[in-house]
Amino acid sequence: MEMAIDILSWVMLTAGGVFVFIGGLGALRMPNLYTRMHAASLTDTMAAVLILGGIMLQAGATLATIKLAAILLFLLLTSPTASNALASAAILSGLQPEEGPVRREGKAE
Amino acid sequence: MIILFGIFLLTLLVITALAIVRSESLFAAVILTGIFSLLMAANFFLLDAADVALTEAAIGAGISTVLFLGALALTGEHEQGASRNRLLALGVVTVTTLIVIYATFDKPRLGDPDAPVHQHVGQWYLEKTPELIDIPNAVTAVLGSFRGYDTLGEVFVVFTAGIGVLFLLGIGPAGRPEDEPDQGLRHYLVPRVVGRILIPFIFLFGLYVQFHGDYGPGGGFQAGAIVASSVILYALLEGEARALRALPMRFLQWLVAGGALLYGAVGVAGMLLGSNFLDYSVLASDPITGQHIGIILIELGVGITVTGVLLCVFHAFAARGRV
Repeated sequence: MEMAIDILSWVMLTAGGVFVFIGGLGALRMPNLYTRMHAASLTDTMAAVLILGGIMLQAGATLATIKLAAILLFLLLTSPTASNALASAAILSGLQPEEGPVRREGKAE
Repeated sequence: MIILFGIFLLTLLVITALAIVRSESLFAAVILTGIFSLLMAANFFLLDAADVALTEAAIGAGISTVLFLGALALTGEHEQGASRNRLLALGVVTVTTLIVIYATFDKPRLGDPDAPVHQHVGQWYLEKTPELIDIPNAVTAVLGSFRGYDTLGEVFVVFTAGIGVLFLLGIGPAGRPEDEPDQGLRHYLVPRVVGRILIPFIFLFGLYVQFHGDYGPGGGFQAGAIVASSVILYALLEGEARALRALPMRFLQWLVAGGALLYGAVGVAGMLLGSNFLDYSVLASDPITGQHIGIILIELGVGITVTGVLLCVFHAFAARGRV
C-alpha cells in the first residue's frame, strides 16, 4: 500500500514536471499572445495540481497536507483569474484574436 | 542537493538582474524586480531563514511591485537615454566588483560552525531564549526582546519614510475621489468575484502571521504587508474611493502614528514599572509572561505602523494620479 502511494506520488510529480516543461515550451514557441497564454496557463493549473497532489501524497495525513490543500485551492482560484484578466486586458488594448491559419507576430505580412 | 538548488537559484538571480539592467521598458523592469525578490526569498528559505524569506516575499515581491507600478503610472513607461558618463560608471562598477570578490576570499564556508557570526552573541541568544522568554521562534525573541531597540529603530525608519513620501506627494485628496464613481475593475466580473472571495482570507492570513510570530515564521512586518495588500486588492477591484470610504486617510494616519506610539509606550511602561526602557519582564508578575505580553504588543505596533504606512503611500500615489 505504501509502495503504491509512493509510486503514484512520483508519477504525479513527474507528470507535473512534464506539464511545466510543455507550458514553458509553449510560451516560447507558440505564434501569438493568446496561444502562448493558453500554454502558460497549463503550468499553473494542470502542473500545479499534479505537483501539489504528489507532495500531498508524500506528506501523508499531516498538517502539511492541509496547508498544501489550502495553497492548491488558492492557486486554482487565482491563476485562472490572472489568465482571464490578462486576456481581457489584451482584447481591450486592441489585440484581436486571429481566425484562420496563424501568422507569427512581428513578421511582415 | 541544497547546494545545487542554491547555485541554480543564484544563477537565475544573476540572469534576472542582467535582464532588469538591459530592459528599456520600465514596466518589464518592475515585473522583473518582483521575480528577483521571489528568487531571493527562495534563496533565504534554502538558508533556513524562513522569517526573512516571508518578509522578502510579502514586501519585495508583493507590495513594492504594486507601489512601483503606482509610481510608473505617474511617470513614463520608458527609460530615458543613457547618460554620457558611461566610462565613469563602468569604472566604479568594476572597482566595486573587484573589492567584493576580494572580500569573499575571507568568507567562511557555508554552515561553518566556527564562522565569526556563531562566535559572538548569537549562541547566547539561542541558549537563553527558552529560559528567559520561552517561545519557540528564537528570531522573534531576538527581534522583539533582546534587540528591541533595533526593531524600535526600524519602526521609526518605516514611520519616517511614510511621512517623507506623504510630504513629497501631498496628502490632500486632490480631486475628490467620490466624484468618479466608476473606478477600479468594477466592469470585470471574474477578478471581482474571485477577489471578493479571497480578500477576507488574505486578511485572516495576515492576522495569523501577526499573532503566530512567537511560534513560527511571521511577525509585524510581514503581517502589515499582507493586511495592506488585502486592502490594496480591494481598492484595485472596487475603486479607490470605496477603499477610502472604508478606511479614510485620517484613520490611516492614526495607524501610522499609533503603531509607533504603541511600541514606544510599551517601552515607557517598563520604565514606569521600575525597570529599563523596553524591558518587558516587569509587565506581569511573572517575567516570562511579561516578555510574552511585551512581544505581542510591540509586534502589534510594528504591524499597525507598517499597514498604515503602506496604505498611505499607496493612496498618495493614487491621489497624485488624479491631479
